[in-house]
Amino acid sequence: MELTGAEIAIRCLQEEGVEYVFGYPGGAVLFIYDALFNQSKVKHILVRHEQAAVHAADGYARSTDRVGVALVTSGPGVTNAVTGIATAYMDSIPLVIISGQVPTRAIGEDAFQEVDAVGITRPCVKHNFLVKDVRDIAATIKKAFYLAKSGRPGPVLVDIPKDVSNQKAEFSYPASVSVRSYHPAQNGEMGQIKQAAQLLLEARRPMIYSGGGVILSDASRQLTDLVRLLGYPCTNTLMGLGGFPATDKQFVGMLGMHGTLEANLAMQNCDVLLAVGARFDDRVIGNVEHFNQEKRKIIHIDIDPSSISKRVKVDVPIVGDVAHVLGDLLAVLHSSKQKPEQQALAAWWAQIGEWRGKRCLNYKNSDEIIKPQFVIEKLYEATHGDAFITSDVGQHQMWTAQYYKFDKPRRWINSGGLGTMGFGLPAAMGVQLAHPGAPVACVTGEGSLQMNIQELSTCKQFRLPLKIVLLNNRYLGMVRQWQEFFHGNRYSESYMDALPDFMKLAEAYGHVGMRIEKPSDVGPALKEAFARKDDLVLMDFRTDQTENVFPMVPGGKGLSEVILGEEL
Amino acid sequence: MRHIISLLMENEAGALSRVAGLFSARGYNIESLTVAPTEDPTMSRMTIVTSGSDEIIEQINKQLNKLIEVVSVMDLSEGDHIERELMLVKMQAVGAMREELARMTDIFRGRIIDVTDKVYIIELTGSGAKLDSFLQAIDRSLILETVRTGASGIGRGDRVLKL
Ligand SMILES: Cc1ncc(C[n+]2csc(CCOP(=O)(O)OP(=O)(O)O)c2C)c(N)n1
Repeated sequence: MELTGAEIAIRCLQEEGVEYVFGYPGGAVLFIYDALFNQSKVKHILVRHEQAAVHAADGYARSTDRVGVALVTSGPGVTNAVTGIATAYMDSIPLVIISGQVPTRAIGEDAFQEVDAVGITRPCVKHNFLVKDVRDIAATIKKAFYLAKSGRPGPVLVDIPKDVSNQKAEFSYPASVSVRSYHPAQNGEMGQIKQAAQLLLEARRPMIYSGGGVILSDASRQLTDLVRLLGYPCTNTLMGLGGFPATDKQFVGMLGMHGTLEANLAMQNCDVLLAVGARFDDRVIGNVEHFNQEKRKIIHIDIDPSSISKRVKVDVPIVGDVAHVLGDLLAVLHSSKQKPEQQALAAWWAQIGEWRGKRCLNYKNSDEIIKPQFVIEKLYEATHGDAFITSDVGQHQMWTAQYYKFDKPRRWINSGGLGTMGFGLPAAMGVQLAHPGAPVACVTGEGSLQMNIQELSTCKQFRLPLKIVLLNNRYLGMVRQWQEFFHGNRYSESYMDALPDFMKLAEAYGHVGMRIEKPSDVGPALKEAFARKDDLVLMDFRTDQTENVFPMVPGGKGLSEVILGEEL
Repeated sequence: MRHIISLLMENEAGALSRVAGLFSARGYNIESLTVAPTEDPTMSRMTIVTSGSDEIIEQINKQLNKLIEVVSVMDLSEGDHIERELMLVKMQAVGAMREELARMTDIFRGRIIDVTDKVYIIELTGSGAKLDSFLQAIDRSLILETVRTGASGIGRGDRVLKL
């Protein structure tokens, strides 16, 4: 039987086992919405802004190992989605975004709501397609899912002109797909893996540094086995948190700009560094020249060859899927008679212990004023460290990364690469839909929350009982911190004036609002909020306005040029 | 250092802009870029002349390979290869200059492919350097316009770029 392009598109989503589509209708996608209406397998979540549709699909994907799907209309629908797409691209998140386009004959005529979707998204997608023939829709969507999920994942956009969505064709969903120009690596080169094992065994000051690739490839079990087998220290990047359990004694904390002293100094001073699914970016190793001053051998495992030797020169590159490569590396190590040199290792741990002894994450708590770090510690207690936590971008994000000890992968959901304020709330919606009944909290700031606050309405409609932990410091805190440190305390436009009453705002959207002003109320408020299993609770914590995130490696500096809390 | 990179890609709308966009987005140099379909109409072949440190050239190769529509990439300058470029030069050709230009064209093994009473169009192929030296050898004030294709390159012997 012949189906319309719109019906074919929806059938494809069904075939892919898509549970949810996050979207917003408009002229160019009316046929697709009509096709959605006539079925019940794929559920549609109506957001209040297309950016949120993509972030929600993204949160869904990050917290599962599935592809997130968004549907937007042409023109402004697409441009609104771009921030979401770029966010997913920077963090390699598998998404398929279907966008409507003006009818084929109108393309190029500056038609109403026309934008060159393929052109405007080209730099921030893994790949994109404009489907000009209804007979190509099924094969294109099949390819889109395959490309999004395989290799180094990423967002793929499929742009469908309105007329194409209304033309008819025979539907058959391809059983398999192959793209002749695309062959993502699976297994690493065995010779390289053996060389890596040898280097690791001979290390005297070893370090294991893992990133988002471990999460994306579901390799945390292999990573954990490896770290424990060797007995070496392990650090995670902001994107890699949960890849190795944060409560493990071999975990030295997050590294990078706001990483722990011990993680950063161990990075800087190690003699053999194993980098796993991480990319040595500027927020992680700071100044490359400074990093290169210390000589060390680097083993780098990554699925994307272009991530290897991009910023630092690597001695043993291994291109392959992290889970596979770690599996092979473990097998080689298990079969080797050689064991790590225990004396050197003990001395190295002693050195790390000394750095740890500085307790760089200590902060001065107060009876009078709520310290943001304290809220995160209480959040950790209230959720037994087992919640899904999304965040926005700013100080609150860093405090969450530092003080919520993630033991499991896919629990920490944040925009690391693009640093998109406004990510947290919509991402949490996607997480909650993927994990009904699970505790999901969004830690945010009053600046970030207002960037997609309209989604409180979506949460009401779909009964998403999120817990919003608002660390309200009445400042664009991270901006204020940089202005304090680097711009002579000139707080240019970083004060958030005329804030809404967030408690009433939550109520206006039909949710529960709380305002918490005393440190002694923090724990009880969180407990109460999480006990309200069916309600979205927005907790407005009035926090210390002047608190800063420490430690800090200022931009452009090296990992050992760190500012600690007590130094100021 | 100057590199000449050959690549095969799907002959699809937009593929060229992905390559061009990659170079501008990542700040890589492009000295020239030529592209046309191959004997297999589903594929195009592109030759890019670029320059950069070894690290940058390595990244360019990797980033090109990462583009979904790119089938294969070869850095021709890593081995023996042949490079050719085509140039058309339109020149004022009157009086004694007509003879002189014909002679120079001959020396450079070019051809005069269009003749009017005042103008010659000269066709020349060769390496970029050869085309440059032709332009240096003639009276530049007589040049009305020039057009060059940019280099096309191919590996020697059994260095073959294919699917
Ligand atoms: C969309 C967007 N615009 C601007 C920025 C720059 N920026 C980074 S952190 C920050 C302040 C965030 O303030 P808030 O959400 O209140 O969090 P806080 O730092 O106070 O915890 C800003 C403006 C950004 N990351 N994203």
